[in-house]
Amino acid sequence: MLRDAVLVAGKDLRIEIRSRVGLNQIGPFAIAVLLLFGLALGPDRRVLASASAGLFWVAVLLSTLLAVQRSYAIESADAARDGLRLSGLDPAGIFLGKASAVAAQLLVLEAGLTVGVALLYGAHLSGALVLIAACVAGTLGLAAVGTLYGVVASGLRTRETLLPLLFLPVVAPVLLAATKAWDAGLAGRQGHAAGWLDVLVVFAVLYIAIGTVAFGPLLEDG
Amino acid sequence: MEVGEGEVVHLRGPNGAGKTSLLKVLAGLLAVHSGEATVLGRDLVADRRSVRREIGMLGHQSFLYEELTVEENLRFAVRANRGVVTGIRPVLEQFGFAGRLASIPVGRCSAGQQRRASLAVLVARGARLWLLDEPHAGLDQDGRDLLDALLTGARAAGRTVVFASHELERAEAIADRVVHLAGGRVVEPPEPTGASDSPAPLVQAARQTTSAPAVPAGPVTEDPAHVA
Repeated sequence: MLRDAVLVAGKDLRIEIRSRVGLNQIGPFAIAVLLLFGLALGPDRRVLASASAGLFWVAVLLSTLLAVQRSYAIESADAARDGLRLSGLDPAGIFLGKASAVAAQLLVLEAGLTVGVALLYGAHLSGALVLIAACVAGTLGLAAVGTLYGVVASGLRTRETLLPLLFLPVVAPVLLAATKAWDAGLAGRQGHAAGWLDVLVVFAVLYIAIGTVAFGPLLEDG
Repeated sequence: MEVGEGEVVHLRGPNGAGKTSLLKVLAGLLAVHSGEATVLGRDLVADRRSVRREIGMLGHQSFLYEELTVEENLRFAVRANRGVVTGIRPVLEQFGFAGRLASIPVGRCSAGQQRRASLAVLVARGARLWLLDEPHAGLDQDGRDLLDALLTGARAAGRTVVFASHELERAEAIADRVVHLAGGRVVEPPEPTGASDSPAPLVQAARQTTSAPAVPAGPVTEDPAHVA
């Protein structure tokens, strides 16, 4: 399973590096979201700084949708999805590989967005360990949910509109917990982040487990 | 319908006869909703995934990743099938992808080259059962000759091949046996009318369909299918 996961993740990342969709489209989209929120909230740096954690995670959430849709778009071209089914790969390995590739792209994006909130909103990046821990745990949860619901939506003609409907309500706990953890980290109150980090870890573990079991039947039925 | 090990079987029938559906059922891509189907000794009703490692399929589409090169696609397919990638270089050369051509992303290859790349994947995976849907489509004369030689060699090597093709002359030269399909069922060969069942006008195709023995329309999976 892990061997297959590494193979699939390597394939997906190689395709993304070559196509540069993440660099040329998802990254600029996320920065645009930050800029637009900044414009909507006005020039008051205190307001922007206090909202920076929530705005950061909303930008990450919306970018996850694009990354997941892209992850399945590469499988739909030339019936590569059928090719994946015929490949002999363990479905759990395919799930873990695709989720890992999405997570890796999101972590790179989050590094850029972190610089963005510091520059645009004046957020003080204290409590770096809490911020990084929240990013890692939150991203794993988002990638797992996105990959799981992505395979459901990818076999349908309404996939572009269905995925956000399936994905966004489910990841509300990630948005809440990650924002709270980041708020605590940015305010230098790392102790307040522990409970929220636990929520993120439990969420990620739960959905990775569900995805590992459920991905195979969903891939076959899609 | 039964296919013995090492047999090369040509599926023949008008458009919509169920040739592609049958191939997808045999590959485990479509579920068997009724009846029974056994491929390489495995019951497809109980588990249609377990057989896939031993199957090579060539469909209407390439099953390849456009952003990856031909060589990378081969490596991925072979590794996914627990194969050894050291043997892919001769396969690449066999299908005309020597040197720089192997490093071209599949999306930038011509349709014929993509077809060749799909065939290369099929060979590199070392499958026991080959399922080919219109394998001659999109290939130039050299490619068609290469494919025919490949199928002849596969038969000599004891591989089992089931293929659907409207290239009747080429198919007849390769196949051990022809299975006729109509309305999703195996039927007796239609009476010779002098007309081909390949790209035919709609009226001709309809006449051919009605000239076939009267059988109730239904999914191809209602007939037991046993392969190898």
